[in-house]
This record gives sequence, structure tokens and C-alpha cells, in this order.
Amino acid sequence: MLTVTNLRKTFNAGTINEKTALDGVSLQLEEGDFVTVIGGNGSGKSTLLNCVAGVHYVDSGTIMIDGVNVTKLPEYRRARLLGRVFQDPMMGTAANMGIEENLALAYRRGQRRGLGWGISNKERELYQKLLKPLDLGLENRLSAKVGLLSGGQRQALTLLMATLKKPKLLLLDEHTAALDPKTAATVLDMSERIVRENNLTTMMVTHNMRDAIRHGNRLIMMYEGKVVVDISGEEKKCLKVDDLLAKFQQVSGDDEVNDRMLLS
Amino acid sequence: MILILQGAVSLGLLWAVMTIGVFITYRILDYADLTVEGSITTGASVAATLISGGWNPYAATFLAMISGMVAGLATGLLHTKLKIPPLLSGILSMIALYSINLRIMGKANISLLKTDTIYTPFINLGLGSRNAVILFGLICVVILIALLYWFFGTEIGCAIRATGNNPNMIRAQGVNTDSTKILGLVISNGLVALAGALIAQYQSFSDVGMGIGSIVIGLASVIIGEVLFGTRNFLNTLISLVLGAITYRVIIALVLEMGMRPTDLRLFTAITVTVALSLPLFRGYLNTFIRSAKNEKGGA
Repeated sequence: MLTVTNLRKTFNAGTINEKTALDGVSLQLEEGDFVTVIGGNGSGKSTLLNCVAGVHYVDSGTIMIDGVNVTKLPEYRRARLLGRVFQDPMMGTAANMGIEENLALAYRRGQRRGLGWGISNKERELYQKLLKPLDLGLENRLSAKVGLLSGGQRQALTLLMATLKKPKLLLLDEHTAALDPKTAATVLDMSERIVRENNLTTMMVTHNMRDAIRHGNRLIMMYEGKVVVDISGEEKKCLKVDDLLAKFQQVSGDDEVNDRMLLS
Repeated sequence: MILILQGAVSLGLLWAVMTIGVFITYRILDYADLTVEGSITTGASVAATLISGGWNPYAATFLAMISGMVAGLATGLLHTKLKIPPLLSGILSMIALYSINLRIMGKANISLLKTDTIYTPFINLGLGSRNAVILFGLICVVILIALLYWFFGTEIGCAIRATGNNPNMIRAQGVNTDSTKILGLVISNGLVALAGALIAQYQSFSDVGMGIGSIVIGLASVIIGEVLFGTRNFLNTLISLVLGAITYRVIIALVLEMGMRPTDLRLFTAITVTVALSLPLFRGYLNTFIRSAKNEKGGA
């Protein structure tokens, strides 16, 4: 479903701030894979997701999604294939537009937009039906502006928007990191359920080792722009935080495990 | 006095067209577009040149609008393709348009005193010239509000609104934000040029300097409209803009009547906009002040 070959990306090349974010990353995801991506700050995990999504173009390497070479496609042209949820709850929705308007924008992801109405009554019913199981009461305030919602509500809505039209690949970029622990758990459970129900191929970046272990059928760890650990199948199921810590210390060569990876 | 008000309302209705244009970039696209300073004159210049050359005023006004759309397109391309920041792309267009407007007219101003204008058929109905403008302006504004209300409810219109709101989000939904920005700028400057053409025919001349300060007048009208008449929904907002433009003209007419020198108008407008823009801040201070005063009382 996703084939990434030998990706390289350097920011601010040739300056004092030069930073190699991706240093030859190769990765293959099969249909239905749920991969969690873990790593410290600056390990390149968010850059990897952003390169797949087209926010940045890579310096070299290729990205294939569902058999389509998207390496040189602009972000908006890849949107057809991708569902995305961002770390910042403000980033995935349009604050001054209504809940239903945001959903309607997402319902037309990747389609040509014309002069037909931006939202139909039939859609409103669909949105109500889909919002109800989220149990946030949003189904009764469809026209309320998204800016009035809490961070957790906005992330839940963004998640629904990302999967409203079934994407070939769902990209979750630390989408619970900005939420309080309880809300984060709710949104994470919701993500798990939506991914399972739709059998979505998913990449989830997280800071949290426990989340990375608990979710998905495969785990990769990044360090200095490279994939250093790749665990799947039975080994993934039996994985413990201590094992992961040990592996991390092994590759990083010292004890610079940062607190955020352990806590929360 | 009634005459003054009539004049203010008629001129206000024409400036309302421009105000709506400014609103599209400033509020919907979140893009402070200075092109309008040039494109309003471009509209006036094109209309005046064609009409004084014997063209039908309606055809001339239509072409004036198109010329403004081209100006908006230029700004849009400067910003999206050449990555020039919004403010600067607008300034570049504005400066370029000054020369272009002089080229169009061939001189610094054109008189329309002895020609038919777009208002002539309405004046021929037996209305006074001011009433004719009010009637025409009303028709124009109503059509415009209906069109825009429809357009910004369509899929493309929603995509433009989302672009101004959160470009990252709408790109992730597969919209080319370069295109939506350009489209917004084209529509906005088309309306501004249309307003320029209408104003030139109203005042019977086009002048190369008539656009100077127009962005501030547009912003003043937007803010006055929003503050005084509300923004409950999109229709309400559009109507507020029209009322804002009229209110601004009435205020100006009144202060002129009270003896302010016409040359001080722009200073007055700038101060009005500054006060209106800083209102939320002062409201914040005031609320904190009142709250702390209350708390002190409660504590004692």
C-alpha cells in the first residue's frame, strides 16, 4: 500500500543549521497494516509523515502509495489518497466554519469542486449518524463553529473527517500529544476503532512508548533519520516497554531516553 | 440636509460594492490586498476612457470590471507563483497600476460631464440624478449580495473560505490553495474596479489619484458595518457591509458639513479605522478594570 524507498531529506542544506532529517529511509506497508512510529525529538518521524503527505518534497528516493508514484505530486494532489490528523488540534479544521461545513469539505476530499452546493441535506443526515457514536453531543450542533469546540472534540472531528472518505493511507501525526491524558486515551481508542472497522492502512507517530506498543500490528523506531527498529507479528504482541527501552539504548549508544517517551 | 444625506446614501451604495470586494480579501481570504488602491482607479479609467470614446456605458462598465479582475490575477500570480508576500504583491500591483491607469486614460483625468452614463436610463425615468443612483446602486447591491451568498455556499466558495481560515487543512482535503487565493483576488478586484467605474460615472470624472486611500475607506466601511450591524451569519454580514459603507459616507458628509476641511478627510478616516481596530483591545482593558474594581469592592 505504501512503499517508501531510500528517502533522504535535509533541511537548510549548506547552512549552519543544516539538519539531516531523513537519511535513507525505506519502508513497506501492506494493506491493513497499522504501524506505530516512535522516536525521540528530531529523529525524523514527523518529517517522514510530512514527506509522505507532500508537505515537504524529498531530496531523493521515491514514495509510492497504492501503486501511484507520488514523489513529485504536490500536497493537494496526494490528498485524494490520504487521510491526515495533525498534532495541533487547530490545524485539521477550519475554526470559523461550522462542524457540518468542515465535514462537507472533507467529504469532497480529492474530488473536483464545482458550483454545486457545498453541503446537501442528505449529507447532514449522514454526518449526524456518524457523529453520534463519538458521544460528544456534536450531532445536535452541526452548524456550530468548530472554533467553539475543545481540543479533544476538534481532534475527534478531524479524525472523522480524515476517514469520511476512506483513505488509502491514514497518517496520524502525534494526534493525541496536545490533549490531556484522559481525552488522549478517548481519541486514541476512537482511532483504533475507526481503523479496525474500515481496515485502514495506518501510520501513527507517537511519543508515547506504551501507546506505540498497545496499538497496531507493527512498530518502527527512528533514530537520527533512520529506521533502527522494526518489530511486527508475534514479537510485537509480546513487546514490553523495557524491551523497547533496551533496544533504544542499544541503538543510541547511551541513556538519552527522554522523559516524554516514558511518561504520559 | 436631506440633500446631503441623499448624496451620502447614493455614494455609500456605490462604495458598498468596493467594500464587499475588500471584505472578500481582508476577511474571507485573510489577505490584506493593496491592489484595490490601483484597481479602483483602473475600473474608473477604463470606463471613462471607453464611455468618452463613444462606447455603451454598460459595456464599458463590464470591461472595467474585467480589467480589475486582471489586476487581481496579477497580484495572485505574484503571490502564489513568485512567492512574494501578500502585502508586497499588492503594493507592486498598486504601483504598476498607477502607470497603467495613466496609459489607459492618456492623461491624468477624463471628464464625463457631457456623455451618457450607466445612470442615464434611470434618470430618464423621471427620477432625480441622486435617486437614480440610489435605485441603480440598490439593484446592484441586491444582485451582488444574492450572487455572493450563493457563491460562497458552493463547493468552490467553501474551499475559498476554508483557504482563508486554515490553508493547511484545506490542502489536506485536496484543494489547490494557490488557485483559491487567485480566484478570491480576481473576484475582489473585479468588484473594486466595478465600484470604480460606477463612482467615476457618478462624479462625472475619472482621476488618476482617486484610488489613494481607498483601502482605508474600504476597511473603515467593513469594520463600521461589522461593529454596528453584526455578523450573525453570512447574509447578515453582507448586509452589514452595505450599511457600513453608507454609514461611513453619512459620517463623512456630516463632519464636512460641520466644517471639516476636505483635505483632512483621510486623516479623519485613518483615525476612525485605528479606533475601530483597537476597540477590542480597549474593551479588554475596560473589562479587566471593571472586574478588578468589583473584586476590590467584594474584598472590602
